[in-house]
Amino acid sequence: MKHVKTLNADTLKKSMSKGGCGECQTSCQSACKTSCTVANQSCENN
Amino acid sequence: MIHKYSIDGMNIVLDIYSGAVHVVDDIVYDLLDFYKEIPNDELIEKFKEKYEIVQIEEAIEEIESLEKEGLLFTEDAYVDYLTEFKNRNPVVKALCLHVAHDCNLKCKYCFAGEGAYKGSRSIMTKEVGIKAIDFLIEASGNRRNLEIDFFGGEPLLNFELVKEIIEYARSIEKEHNKNFRFTITTNGLLLNDEIQNYINENMHNVVLSIDGRKEIHDKMRYTKNNQGSYDLILPKLKKMAESRKQQNYYVRGTFTRENLDFAQDVIHLADLGFQQISVEPVVAPLEMPYALREEDLPVLFNQYEVLAKELIRRNEEGQAFNFFHFMIDLSQGPCVAKRLAGCGSGSEYLAVTPEGDLYPCHQFVGLEDFKIGTVFEGITNHELQKQFQDCNVYAKEECRSCWAKFYCSGGCAANAYQFHKDIHIPYKIGCELEKKRVECALYLKAKLAGL
Repeated sequence: MKHVKTLNADTLKKSMSKGGCGECQTSCQSACKTSCTVANQSCENN
Repeated sequence: MIHKYSIDGMNIVLDIYSGAVHVVDDIVYDLLDFYKEIPNDELIEKFKEKYEIVQIEEAIEEIESLEKEGLLFTEDAYVDYLTEFKNRNPVVKALCLHVAHDCNLKCKYCFAGEGAYKGSRSIMTKEVGIKAIDFLIEASGNRRNLEIDFFGGEPLLNFELVKEIIEYARSIEKEHNKNFRFTITTNGLLLNDEIQNYINENMHNVVLSIDGRKEIHDKMRYTKNNQGSYDLILPKLKKMAESRKQQNYYVRGTFTRENLDFAQDVIHLADLGFQQISVEPVVAPLEMPYALREEDLPVLFNQYEVLAKELIRRNEEGQAFNFFHFMIDLSQGPCVAKRLAGCGSGSEYLAVTPEGDLYPCHQFVGLEDFKIGTVFEGITNHELQKQFQDCNVYAKEECRSCWAKFYCSGGCAANAYQFHKDIHIPYKIGCELEKKRVECALYLKAKLAGL
């Protein structure tokens, strides 16, 4: 495309099919402890 | 729903329900304001003075193509999914163990009140620690990966217990098909070679508290003798970071109204050689002089931009470091189920006091109404557990219409309660800062991807 460059496609929607196993890290255990930061966690299934 | 913004001449468009992120030129950026409102011929008419008609037509075609591919103006597909998700049986997979409600520092902004959490100073016993592990194994159902964060107060004040708990958990994890991951959050004052080696051999992650520049750190984080702690901890923290090969740790600071130029503190930590850095906004009652106020937001927004640009510069020069709040894993990040559920406090994640009482998270400890059970009896307040389990992004009025909901997952329940006495009403300053961080993080991603 000439006017649009896509950095990321529809990964969120696709994650519905395989998601929800709950094996990933709890977000507040990572570093924050005072703010909710979820999007930087990694998926255990990737 | 889409969200669009510009930083430093780069136009970024997020398609909220698909998760797509696009960098667009000025024509598309302008057209998107009216694309859904008026027919294409009127759109062309509206912008023909500003752009060439052929360019506008081309841009419209690209927008239409993205829409067809499900990468723009995607509809919300998660409402039904949410119903299915809410009916899951709750399991507990992570505990924050308050092994010491005591501290060897008396930081001015401490939400735990020098570690005592509105109660008396106390130390967790071995009986409670062991029982917490048994409780977690039983309450975790089929979840294999379990987490324990040793927290306080200052957990190194009870380090012998930390070792005993780890030894016990490791001795029984295989028979229960579990995999424990341990982390510790410490002010570093008691670190020595022996403790460092033990942490490196046994802990998945370590969080080391330091606020940044010496004068900033010492103004907030001082010893019982009112001595600043910067010089006491810095060599120990540096040594710890190096011994972990600059991986699997964070130096973590708090910024307040007294250092609104906090980007300088992040940069200071990077200049000291730390490569994993988290510096976060203080959450404090508005009457405190160091509490952040809404009027501070423009200055803070600018600081996040300063930081993003500095990170780009350092990346180009081969001196990259990670800033926790700018790390967004676009391709392999959390699934939508996790993003809907948020941090899991009160359902997947609980805090354990030295006496063995369970609370929805470390920030609720000391608020008696939020006691949810004990490690001896398990969860007893099922009504409270249900409230937390149902507290997802769609249960919060303000989150439903917010573009950032799948990045922050509805924010912190403890902050919401602190400011509104309701876990469903987000803390506004926290939301505004989170949105700015997401914008800067995506800008940084796009820049580093060469877009």
